[in-house]
Amino acid sequence: MRAAQALPPRGRLREAALRQSYAFALVLLVAAAAANYALQPNFFNPAVLGGNLMTYLPLLLLAAGQTVVVIGGGIDLSLGAILSLSNVIIVSALGESPGAAQILLAVGAGLLAGALAGAVNGACVAYLRFQPIVTTFATSFVFSGLALYVMPSPGGSVPQGLLSAYGADPLGLPLVFWAAVLVLLAWGLLRSTRYGVYLYATGGDQLSAFVSGVPVSPVRLASYCIAGLMAALAGLAMALSTSTGDPLIGEPLTLSSIVAVVIGGTRLSGGQGGVFGTILGVVVLGLFQSIVSFMGVPSWWQTLINGLIVVVALAGPGLLGLLHRGRRP
Amino acid sequence: MKRPRVDPVLIALLLAAGLFALGSLLQPGFGSYDQAMNILRLAAFLGIVAAGQTLVIISGGEGIDLSVGAVVTLGAILVFRLGTGEAGGALLALAIALGVGLLIGAANGLGITLLKIPPLVMTLGMAGVVQGLILVVTRGELRGETPDLLAGLVSGSLAFGIPGVVLVWAALGLLMWLLLWRTPYGRQLFAVGANRTTARLSGVRVPAVVVATYALSGMLAALGGAILLGYTRQVFLNLGDPYTLPSVAAVVVGGTLLAGGVGSYAGTMAGALVLTLLTSLLTALDLPESARQIVYGLTLLALLSLYGRQRALRE
Repeated sequence: MRAAQALPPRGRLREAALRQSYAFALVLLVAAAAANYALQPNFFNPAVLGGNLMTYLPLLLLAAGQTVVVIGGGIDLSLGAILSLSNVIIVSALGESPGAAQILLAVGAGLLAGALAGAVNGACVAYLRFQPIVTTFATSFVFSGLALYVMPSPGGSVPQGLLSAYGADPLGLPLVFWAAVLVLLAWGLLRSTRYGVYLYATGGDQLSAFVSGVPVSPVRLASYCIAGLMAALAGLAMALSTSTGDPLIGEPLTLSSIVAVVIGGTRLSGGQGGVFGTILGVVVLGLFQSIVSFMGVPSWWQTLINGLIVVVALAGPGLLGLLHRGRRP
Repeated sequence: MKRPRVDPVLIALLLAAGLFALGSLLQPGFGSYDQAMNILRLAAFLGIVAAGQTLVIISGGEGIDLSVGAVVTLGAILVFRLGTGEAGGALLALAIALGVGLLIGAANGLGITLLKIPPLVMTLGMAGVVQGLILVVTRGELRGETPDLLAGLVSGSLAFGIPGVVLVWAALGLLMWLLLWRTPYGRQLFAVGANRTTARLSGVRVPAVVVATYALSGMLAALGGAILLGYTRQVFLNLGDPYTLPSVAAVVVGGTLLAGGVGSYAGTMAGALVLTLLTSLLTALDLPESARQIVYGLTLLALLSLYGRQRALRE
C-alpha cells in the first residue's frame, strides 16, 4: 500500500488499472469495437448490433457459470455437454405445437437436468474430492451419452411463438442486453450474500477457508450447481436461436467459455475475478471473429488469424506485466 | 510430498487384465492373440502421445498440454506431404515434423513461463493456432503419400506377430524411464513439479526446465502423429483430436498426480492400455454410441475413485 502512495498520480492510476482484473478486457473491447466500426460503418446500427450480440448469448450464459466455478477454485469441462443435454431435453419435451403448460414443463425439465448434472459434478469434486479437470472430463461423456440417448441425431422444432419472443427487443434494446443485465444483477446479488464471500474464500485458499469455518464442500457443490443451471439456460437459448435440438451442439463451447473467463481477467487459480469481466471476454471473442470475417481475409487464413488473436489476447496481461517489471530497477 | 497408498501402476495393470478377461468372456474372439496384439497396437498410439503429456503433468504448475491433438494432426500431415520417395525422404520428413512439433511446444513453454499464461488456455490457444496452420499449409487439399517405412512399422511384425509399433513403444518406455530417473533433467523435472520455489532456490533453472518439457511434449505428439499415419495411411483435418483429453486421462489413470511432482511413464503406459481396452470392449459389444459414452464416463469416474482423490481438508 505504501509503495502505491509514494508513486506520482499517473503511476498510481496505472497501478489501479493493473489491479482491476477486467481492465485489459475493456481495452480489447474498445479496440475491437473500433476496428469493427471501421470495417462495417453500420456496425453501431441497433439492428446490426443486436443481431451480432444475439449469437453470443449461449456462450455468455455458459461462461458466466464457468466463472462461478473458477472463482470457487474449480473448473468444469462438462458444461458444453450439459448445454447439449438440456437443449435436447427441452426440444424433445416440447413436441409438436405445445401449450403453455407443456412449454413450462419442458423448460423446467431442461433446467432441472442442468442443475442435477451440476450437482453430480459438485458432489464428485466437493465430497468425493476428485480432481476437477478429470472428473468433469469423465462426466462430460456421461452427459453427452445421455444427450445422444434422448435425441440420437439433430431434430425437433421450437414453436414460432417462442422464437419470436426470443427475437423481441423490449425498450428498443435486444434481448441479449437484458439477459446480460439480469446475469450481472444476479451475480451482484450473489456476491453480496454470505455465499459470495465464502465462494471467494474457498477459491483463494481452501484450507484457510475451512479452518476459518467456511463450509467449503457445500460452497463448492453449489458453485457447480449454479454452473449446471447456467449451462441449461444456455441450452435453452441455443434451442431458441437454432430452433432445433442437437446432441452435439455444446461441446465446442466448453473451451471457449474458459478462454472468455481468462480474457475477462479471472485467474484459473481461483479466488479472484468476476462475471462482468467474463461478459466483456465473450463480447471481445465474438467481435474479433467478426473482424476477421469482415476483413476479407482469404478463408484458409481465418482460423490461423483467429487463433493468433486469442493467444495475443491471453498474453496481453502478461506482456503488460513484463513491460511494467522492466521499468523497475 | 504425498505418495499414493497403493501402487497405481499395479492397479491399472490388474484392471487391464480384468478388462481383457471380461472381453474374452463376453465376446468370443476378443481374447485371441491377434486381437491382443491389435489392442496393444492401438494402445501404442495413445501411449506415445501421452508420453509428453506425462512430462508436462509431472512439471506441475497446473501443467497440461491440450495442443497435443492438433500437433498429432500436423505431424501426420507434414510427413504425408513431404515424405515422398525413398526411405531417406521419409526420414527427412519425420525430422521436419518432429522439429515443428518441438518449436510449437517451445512456444507453449515460453507463453507459460514468460507471459504467465495458464497452461490450460495457452495450449488450448495454441491448438487453435496449429489448426489454422494446418489449413494454411494444406488449403483443404490433403494430398501426399504414406512412407512405406511407417506403414511397414505399424502393420508389419518383427517376431511372434508383435507389431513393430509396439516395439517402438517399448523402446520409448525405456527411454522415458532413463530420462526421468537417470538424467539431471529428470531430477530437475520432479523437483520443479514438487515445489517451484524450492527448486529455484536449489539452483534449478525452472523456466528452462518448463520450456524443455513442453517442447518435448510437442515433439512426442508429432512423433505420435507420424506413427498414427502409418496405421491410417490417410490424413484428416481432425485426425489427432480424439487423442487430446484421453492422453490426460491415461496419465491420471496411471497414477501421475495432476498437481505435479509425482508420477511415472510406466503408469501412463498401463493407463493407455486400460483406456484402449475399454474402448475396444465397448466397440466389440456393439452398444449404441450413447451407451458407449455413458459407460466410458462412468468407468473413468470409478477409476478416479480408486486413487485420483485429493486429501480431505480435515487430514
